[in-house]
Amino acid sequence: MTRLLWIPRGIGLGLLAFLIFGPLLNLLLWAFAEKWFYPNAFPSDWGFSYWGRVFSPRGAAWEALGNSLTVALLTVALSLMLSIPAGYALARLPLPAKALILLSFLIPQAFPNLTVYVNIARIFYQFGLNGTIAGVVIVHTVHGLVLSVWIATAAFSAVPRDGEEAARSMGAGPFRAFRDVTLPQALPGLLAAAIFVFLESLDEFTGSYFVGAPDVQMLPLTLFTAAGGGNYQIASITALLLLVPSIGFMLLVERFLKADVLARVGK
Amino acid sequence: MQERDHLSVEGLQAGYGAGLVLKGIDLAVPKGQFVALLGSSGCGKTTLLRSIAGFETPRAGRILRDGAEITALPPDRRGMSMVFQSYALWPHKTVAQHIGYGLALRGLPRAEIAARVAEVLAMLGLAGLEGRKPAALSGGQRQRVALGRALAVRPDILLLDEPLSNLDARIRLQLRGEIRALQQALGITAIHVTHDREEAMVMADRIVILDQGVIRQDGSPEEIYNRPNSGFVAAFMGAENLLALEAVAGDGGVRLPASEWNRALPLPGLRPGPVEARFRAEAAVLQPVDAPEAAPGVLSLFGRVTGCSYPGGCWRLSLRIGQAQVEALAPMPHVPGSAVRLDVPPAQLFLFAAPADGRGDTHGPRTVPEPQPQRSFR
Repeated sequence: MTRLLWIPRGIGLGLLAFLIFGPLLNLLLWAFAEKWFYPNAFPSDWGFSYWGRVFSPRGAAWEALGNSLTVALLTVALSLMLSIPAGYALARLPLPAKALILLSFLIPQAFPNLTVYVNIARIFYQFGLNGTIAGVVIVHTVHGLVLSVWIATAAFSAVPRDGEEAARSMGAGPFRAFRDVTLPQALPGLLAAAIFVFLESLDEFTGSYFVGAPDVQMLPLTLFTAAGGGNYQIASITALLLLVPSIGFMLLVERFLKADVLARVGK
Repeated sequence: MQERDHLSVEGLQAGYGAGLVLKGIDLAVPKGQFVALLGSSGCGKTTLLRSIAGFETPRAGRILRDGAEITALPPDRRGMSMVFQSYALWPHKTVAQHIGYGLALRGLPRAEIAARVAEVLAMLGLAGLEGRKPAALSGGQRQRVALGRALAVRPDILLLDEPLSNLDARIRLQLRGEIRALQQALGITAIHVTHDREEAMVMADRIVILDQGVIRQDGSPEEIYNRPNSGFVAAFMGAENLLALEAVAGDGGVRLPASEWNRALPLPGLRPGPVEARFRAEAAVLQPVDAPEAAPGVLSLFGRVTGCSYPGGCWRLSLRIGQAQVEALAPMPHVPGSAVRLDVPPAQLFLFAAPADGRGDTHGPRTVPEPQPQRSFR
């Protein structure tokens, strides 16, 4: 009886794998299809000619990839710069209305994105921020702060206070004690916040469109233009490009989040 | 006088929210003294220690070190090392990094740090563990690392916040001796917070009993143990047998009249009125009812055995004397129901005038309404 259990289990896992990897496989097929018309199950012609077009000196892919990475990294930096002190203060200091402050970071999410970003675009236009990398970074940061402040608050709350007091008692000033004791212990949580903000920024579309386009080309915008024009090859190749930094980032983080660090996340 | 006090606390008040946890504490500690702050939980002993360390801001009062006020100084500039109840070790640092941390902060050269760390490791029996992180250490080892971290900077003042309360009994006994020996060898002034009476007795030069934010008694261990100044202190120091007596004025002064359960006893130095008598179980001597009369000054009580248990060493008896339930030790078991006489020598009988308002303190006189034949013993 139990020996036959692998059959439903195998089917279940197969279905799950298909759900996750099926669309990606389709993406892969499209990326290398020269010709693929309706009744055929597979492309009739394979090749790299679209890759050549995407990466040609005239193609927008390189610029879009560069912009997307720059914006994502700057967004992570700005978000952490704001959410490390904010998270620490929310976790440690006796602030009144703590829950209210945490909720206020949700406000940008409480309204339809389009409405918010159209207005932001209008305001940014007055300050000359429209169509600049800085403008897009600010928009992405506002979006990413919810995640990073909440996660950072949780990360700092999980670090026992007396470790920092012990450092103070040894003669460390408040900043030194934070740097030597609290920050290293909160690092896994902060890294998790960084991953989320990075991935959010990478495929954020609405804000990039209203604030960035057409001066700042980003990967999701390139993808949108290509897909809208019915050019599935270009769209698929762009989508694959979008996957590369995500996977790279995951691998990097996986290297950092080794056993002893990971073991403390759950505690 | 003033310059001999290494650390002093004057009129210290502290609290959280609306309540006052410390209601005016005065304490002067000379250099090299080991002071135990003893009290039950919530008495304010930890708040007092944390105020001295600089982690709590007092509402009123001053803290002085060698005569200079340090009340407003941050904890890192007070030159005191604290050992925490939870050890407060850093999970990401090794044993050597813990012990060398304070030295690195003081900008010592690397070679000297290494030498001092090795010295501390050897002193605390931690040699060979320098590369380990706290997760790979036993409870006793963690406690030694916390102690080593505090001692490595050679502090003048060491603050200990129940450092032994999370350890196994055996290791606790061993570390008591080690901490005391180190403190004496290094000549450190130590303030040790504990709720363990025996720990305070064996470690400290001086015991300060705290209750509800005030100092109840302050003296040497012998003094506190043998001459408690109140019913609360007597009870806290183990004199838990309580009798409510009534002193009356007679021909030869104030005396306790004889009753069905006690012989008459002169009570010099007490005024007529309700009296609280306390004694330890081990202070009472069990006699047969028909034994010859005890020496003058000895309080003789008559009662019945209600329970008998053997915790090891002596038999522990529960007795009913008048309305009160008391405990005594005996070399032989006694059958419940048997009549006995209990003699309490004057040196071990603590007598206090019971509070006039009848309320007293929360640990004060209590009457036991029903016999309790089965009592559990700690």
